[in-house]
Amino acid sequence: MKATCWMGKQHLEVRDVPDPRILNERDALLRVTSTAICGSDLHLFNGFIPSMERGDVLGHEFMGEVLEVGRNVKNLKPGDRVVVPFPIACGNCSACQAEMFSLCENSNPNAWMAEKAWGHSPAGIFGYSHMLGGFAGGQAEYVRVPFADVGPLKVPDEVTDEQALFLSDIFPTGYQAAEMCDIRPGDTVAVWGAGPVGQFAIASAFMLGAERVIAVDRFPYRLRMAKDQTNAETLNYEEVDSVQEALKEMTGGRGPDRCIDAVGMEAHAPGVRHVYDRARQMMRLETDRPIALREAIMACRNGGTVSVVGAYGGFIDKFPMGAVMNRSLTIRSGQCHVQRYMRPLLERIMSGEIDPSFVITHRLPLADAARGYEMFLNKEDNCEKVVLTA
Amino acid sequence: MGKANQPNPPRRRKRTTTTTDVSDTTDVLGTPGAADVTDDEPHVARAAPPSASRRAAAATPRLRALEARSEWREDEDLPPLEGVNHESMGPRRRVRRRNGRADGEDLAAGLGWFSLALGIAQIAAPGGMARMIGVRNTGRSRAIMRAIGVRELAAGVGLLSQARTSDWALARAAGDVMDLTLLGSALGNEGGRRRRTAAATAAVLGVAALDLFAGKQLGREEATTGRRARPRGIRVQRSITVNRSPEEVYAFWRDFENLPRFMRHLESVRDLGDGRSRWKARAPAGATVVWEAELVDDRPNELIAWRSVEGSDVWNTGAVRFRPAPGGRGTEVHVNIRYYPPGGVITSRLAMLFREEPGQQVQDDLRHFKQVMETGEIVLSDATVERGSHPAQPTEERDVNEEVDS
Repeated sequence: MKATCWMGKQHLEVRDVPDPRILNERDALLRVTSTAICGSDLHLFNGFIPSMERGDVLGHEFMGEVLEVGRNVKNLKPGDRVVVPFPIACGNCSACQAEMFSLCENSNPNAWMAEKAWGHSPAGIFGYSHMLGGFAGGQAEYVRVPFADVGPLKVPDEVTDEQALFLSDIFPTGYQAAEMCDIRPGDTVAVWGAGPVGQFAIASAFMLGAERVIAVDRFPYRLRMAKDQTNAETLNYEEVDSVQEALKEMTGGRGPDRCIDAVGMEAHAPGVRHVYDRARQMMRLETDRPIALREAIMACRNGGTVSVVGAYGGFIDKFPMGAVMNRSLTIRSGQCHVQRYMRPLLERIMSGEIDPSFVITHRLPLADAARGYEMFLNKEDNCEKVVLTA
Repeated sequence: MGKANQPNPPRRRKRTTTTTDVSDTTDVLGTPGAADVTDDEPHVARAAPPSASRRAAAATPRLRALEARSEWREDEDLPPLEGVNHESMGPRRRVRRRNGRADGEDLAAGLGWFSLALGIAQIAAPGGMARMIGVRNTGRSRAIMRAIGVRELAAGVGLLSQARTSDWALARAAGDVMDLTLLGSALGNEGGRRRRTAAATAAVLGVAALDLFAGKQLGREEATTGRRARPRGIRVQRSITVNRSPEEVYAFWRDFENLPRFMRHLESVRDLGDGRSRWKARAPAGATVVWEAELVDDRPNELIAWRSVEGSDVWNTGAVRFRPAPGGRGTEVHVNIRYYPPGGVITSRLAMLFREEPGQQVQDDLRHFKQVMETGEIVLSDATVERGSHPAQPTEERDVNEEVDS
């Protein structure tokens, strides 16, 4: 089959690899019908996530048709159309039973690697490095789905691929970002990053009762999308001297009640701050550039919440712990527990409350995956979200 | 109370006699009634069923010797081994001492200063050092040189600090192996000056021999002088929490023929009846080791303890304890093993370089145990279907199940 393979830093190839097969009794094999490139795939592409090997198949946002199921999968049959959550979860361990699916204790066969980096291991993830399991991803013609009796959600015929696909990751991730904010009536939520996750975080913040949502980004087309599609106010950080001051100004001096970091480890900033973190990153003195995170913490109102869903991999420098402690901030974070949100969010899609396909700007055949990554990385042609079809 | 009035007392007994306060934490560790132990009763016996205690009592002289070496002090759970003769674990020679210092210590101090000097030079002038060993002075070679310099500094400080010196000397030896690998690849590079690289290789080989010698010598000195109260066998303690009841977890483990389902290195376990079982395991480099074990303690839903019997390839003793985790979190499984690997401790430490570290193995096995108990089987990914490095992409069909299950 054809699959998108990571061949080194900023080097992808769609290559022929062996077809997947059933390895465990709770596996299913899918023919992938739609798959997307995630912002976190760009971290892999740029070589910021350790433990990648040449030839790794990428992709953790995908859906498709069931071809074959293992002996212990009773709820799916060949022909079913399903969307698959990106964290792999067994459903049996304590974490899964507490609905913390991205912390599944059994789904990372390389847990020892994650333990060395992070102390304990989270769940395995499709196509997302060896320390998160070494599972082949879904930017391919076919994919093996472990614990298929737990993760995949059947998609009704009236819901299109483009509407359902983002239940695999970015819609639930944005939703969880907003949910972790514990939004109260009258709250103003600021969202750093108007990429696809940021867009869904904005939409979800409104669903959960936010009064106002402010999107912070530097690309006018992304801010325009946030304004037009999700009704956010916008702040272009390249047009103001200080995001913190601008946000104070917009909130009567209080600062946003809730701040969401939907940017992660490769944040940008104008001028010297970016150079400082980029240089430390190059020297391996920090692995992640926490520019958006620092800004979110400094901007957040006293006693507010900072919700972090942008991806981080390792260590950061100059973390403003003094602000967190002295101003009673709450920081919440996590890879999304997608399985928890798929059904309720599918219902919101079916009721017409939201059509997640609004983020899609580019549709490409799987064979052009490398081109899709380049466009998305360089924000060419106002690229917001790339969907690949086999 | 007296150390003095007991001739050659076993170490842990010394504790009980010198300690009248029953709240002494060292003896409270899972061994109620430790203070009741009488001198003519080997300490494991109180935990063991009658038949086992008779067996243990029969082995008294050797057992006493073993205990006197202080090795079992903290291993309250572990049955002592029959037939482990410490003389045969390695020659015990008299340590020649000069001015109160043993040979190995002088050598270690020399190596320590050597490490410090080398490390400082490598960090301060990586380019010059690279040229000196005939490697091209590039950004990459300088970065590697600095990294090696940091390692040398650490080894130097460790050796000179005089704490666990034999380990540091062995760590230096491991570093030498790494240097030799790097030099080997440098020899194959274009553009380097091979004669210098070859000379550097010869120098490292010489130093490696010294490191190994110092490591062994110091290890022996530490063992004989008792400067280091550490046993020479390998001791592993690991635990995991399984989301199942103690009854289920115990029952699965107690059926020893289940063990190869989650222990990667086991080929088979055959229950011979009467508490005896025959174990067959894969050893490094394709070898097979076989041993027979006997059950010395078996408390349903709580504890299983075993030891190898005389004549085994691998002397080992172990206990696995099952405890209900608080708040309905399932069962904590605590494994405590001590063994004497066939190749000796040094081989085993070298194996750690290649991630065959015993603690990691036990941890992996426990994780697999949890997977089997909770999900029904060992969870595989495309990259972990086969051993070794493999990209995360599907592999060609072959019968991998045998490989993985056994």
